[in-house]
Amino acid sequence: MSDMDEFREMFFVECDELLEVLANGLRQMEAPGFDKETVHAVFRAVHSVKGGAAAFGLTTLVTFAHRFETVLDLVRSDRLEVTPQIMALAHRCSDCLTDLVTSARAQVDPDESRVDALLSELDALITPEDDEGPIEFVPLTLDFGGPLDFDLPPPMPAAPPAPGLEIAMTPGHQLYRSGNDPQALIAALHKLGPVAVALETAGVAALADWSPEEPGLAWRITITGASYDDVAAVFEFVEDCCALTISEAPVEDRPEPCDDPLPEPAPAPPVAVAVEAPGPTVVPPANAPANASAEAPQSAATIRVALDRVDRLMNMIGELVIKEAMLSQVIQTAGLHEQPDVVAGLDAIRQLAGDIQESVMSIRAQPLKLVFQRMHRILREAADATGKPVRLVTIGEQTEVDKTMIERLIDPLTHMIRNSVDHGLEDSVTRQRLGKPVEGTITLSAAHRSGRVQIEVSDDGGGINRPRVRQIAEDRGLIAPGANLSPAEIDQLLFLPGFSSKDEVSALSGRGVGLDVVRREIMALGGRVMIQSTEGVGTTFSIALPLTLAVLEGMLIQLGDQTMVLPITAVQETLRPEDRMLHGVGHGTRLLSNRGELIPIIDLGATFGLEAPGALDSGVLIVVETDSRKRAAFRVDGIFDQRQVVIKSLEQNYGRVPGVSAATILGDGKIALIIDPEEIVLSLSNDQGRRLAAMASNG
Amino acid sequence: MLQSISHNSAGKSDVVAFKLAEQDFCIDIGLVREIRGWTPTTTLPHAPDYVKGVINLRGSVVTVVDLSARLGFGAATPSQRHVVIIAMHSGRIVGLLADLVSDILPINDDHIQAVPDIASNPAREFITGMITLEDGRILRKIDLAQLLPAAPGAEI
Repeated sequence: MSDMDEFREMFFVECDELLEVLANGLRQMEAPGFDKETVHAVFRAVHSVKGGAAAFGLTTLVTFAHRFETVLDLVRSDRLEVTPQIMALAHRCSDCLTDLVTSARAQVDPDESRVDALLSELDALITPEDDEGPIEFVPLTLDFGGPLDFDLPPPMPAAPPAPGLEIAMTPGHQLYRSGNDPQALIAALHKLGPVAVALETAGVAALADWSPEEPGLAWRITITGASYDDVAAVFEFVEDCCALTISEAPVEDRPEPCDDPLPEPAPAPPVAVAVEAPGPTVVPPANAPANASAEAPQSAATIRVALDRVDRLMNMIGELVIKEAMLSQVIQTAGLHEQPDVVAGLDAIRQLAGDIQESVMSIRAQPLKLVFQRMHRILREAADATGKPVRLVTIGEQTEVDKTMIERLIDPLTHMIRNSVDHGLEDSVTRQRLGKPVEGTITLSAAHRSGRVQIEVSDDGGGINRPRVRQIAEDRGLIAPGANLSPAEIDQLLFLPGFSSKDEVSALSGRGVGLDVVRREIMALGGRVMIQSTEGVGTTFSIALPLTLAVLEGMLIQLGDQTMVLPITAVQETLRPEDRMLHGVGHGTRLLSNRGELIPIIDLGATFGLEAPGALDSGVLIVVETDSRKRAAFRVDGIFDQRQVVIKSLEQNYGRVPGVSAATILGDGKIALIIDPEEIVLSLSNDQGRRLAAMASNG
Repeated sequence: MLQSISHNSAGKSDVVAFKLAEQDFCIDIGLVREIRGWTPTTTLPHAPDYVKGVINLRGSVVTVVDLSARLGFGAATPSQRHVVIIAMHSGRIVGLLADLVSDILPINDDHIQAVPDIASNPAREFITGMITLEDGRILRKIDLAQLLPAAPGAEI
């Protein structure tokens, strides 16, 4: 039954959003002086999950959500004080709810024991009179013949009977003639209290007899919570020109109170058919703004689109950009570039293509918030597992990254957070001895930096114990004993497969994945990871990522008769070497001495087999730094441009080319290969580099 | 082996015939996407000698195979007169560099003869059948799967 599956899927997608609202709200509640609306939002989220779950007969989920909701209701109605203990419990419940949804989605049995444990904790908070009794939810079986009902009636406290008034209004032609408008009157009534409006069309004459001068419409309005005098005051100026009666409403006609903060829309006033009537068109004043504001603040309309559609659009725009460059080249060759209208037209197209490209990229862009929010949970679990009190500070959650990257960032970040808690932070006793706050702090931050996204995970722990790292690496045969390594190089050892700085494998990080996996995943995204560590102060992992996987900022270089693209992120500097900076080592190997640092020179053209090694004084040297912080100087024949290029797969129709990461199409329609500096440097640098490379590729 | 022969009627299929070093070859028309003039390619480093490089086919990166080199006639020196037959095989698009495309011919499957035992000739492994035409020409039917370069190794 695919319809059913579709509804299920819709429900789970909705759940994801609701759970996010929940987790987010709970965190906001931890801040002092939080907005009352936050509690409402949290409550509504749990309530909606419950409603949907009931429709699909997910009993465990419903039971749990109901109990959780009851406790939240106590908080909402100030009957339960928000204490750190309550918040911790709420967080755990939120996690449990997430897990229940996940297991329901995967159609596996949830962990009942955990649910039961939490349920009894929740029950301890609920006094019998608070509870609304056992839940009498009968799982609704979906019947597609009839109307769907996902939301169950909310457990509403019975409202005290409010005095209701019934107003019958039949405007005469004088009313319209004097410039009055029934709509304005009804709107005015609405300010006094909830109204239900019914339009009566019985008085409208048949078309044959109809006279535009004679109005035939009448209204029957029921209002609650307003006094007779106030209502009468509204009609003060129109009393003479319409037939008006104001009377006590019979009880059953009373409209439902509209100030319900739950997501259910207020019952729609029974507005009758809109009829073309003489005088001004009447707009039924249904659900006036007063109700709208009760909804959650996120009101921007969104649509869900399959990613491949956006990808296709992105591809086409890539083509457009290339075609535009081709066109401008043709115009140049044809000598038309001095014609003002041609130039203006071309400029406009270029501008437009650029704007479209940016817009499409922004469609794919999503704030990192989604990932960051998940990390709160990861941190909580890691803190529980290690028994270290930790708090997570997030900065720059709004930083936007390509959607595909967001998904692929979750794993590496999860691992880094766990790593920071487990290995980075000292235990409480040590922290106390060192005079540090007992609670450790892990900061997760994101920012845009020169066309890249910089994500940092830093802890205020003890920093990397370099002598120990070195010792472990030596013991495991990862480095030669006594190898001459700089502190940065020692830090880099952490990224080697099989390296674990903990002697005993802990339950938390002993899962067979190490930082080498993190590094590989980040590199697969076109990014790089760096470590900075200060002893006793802490460690910072920085990840630099491209904004998108589709476009790359590249330097166009000349190798023989070929043009190639070098990713600008690897480029440190370019220079024309002088003789005194060049030093030969043995046969054929040359080093560049640049500000005291000796850097191996790699002739790119020869490496790719495109041309014989060129003389160093005829070309340009580009100093590159790889992700693993290895430096090399690439000798190229020339550099002629720097621009954004659209990345094209080379593997799809051909295969992998060593030293090449992908291809792109240049303005003249020709293909240029994008160089993978990391691979070239690692494969050609010294022995140690080769070993690191071999290890990295094996792991 | 070619699986996707397009039968226009029982036992019949169309082929695209082309010339290479004064010999006639053909491939199944169902595999051919389009025929283009020669455009300079971008050289691929560390590629086999019969891979001319890659060209841009409306945004896709397409490898161009020098059939002449692949079949053992020696590397072609492509000019404006050369053609590139764009063919699709098991999801991969490849360009075949040939001297010229002569015709599109209907072929009766019964007319395809097995390749006679010939001495170890590089062409032997790429030709699946011989077709004698009424005008006396002989078409050598090419197996695209054998022709394509295998994905090169990862080592530099």
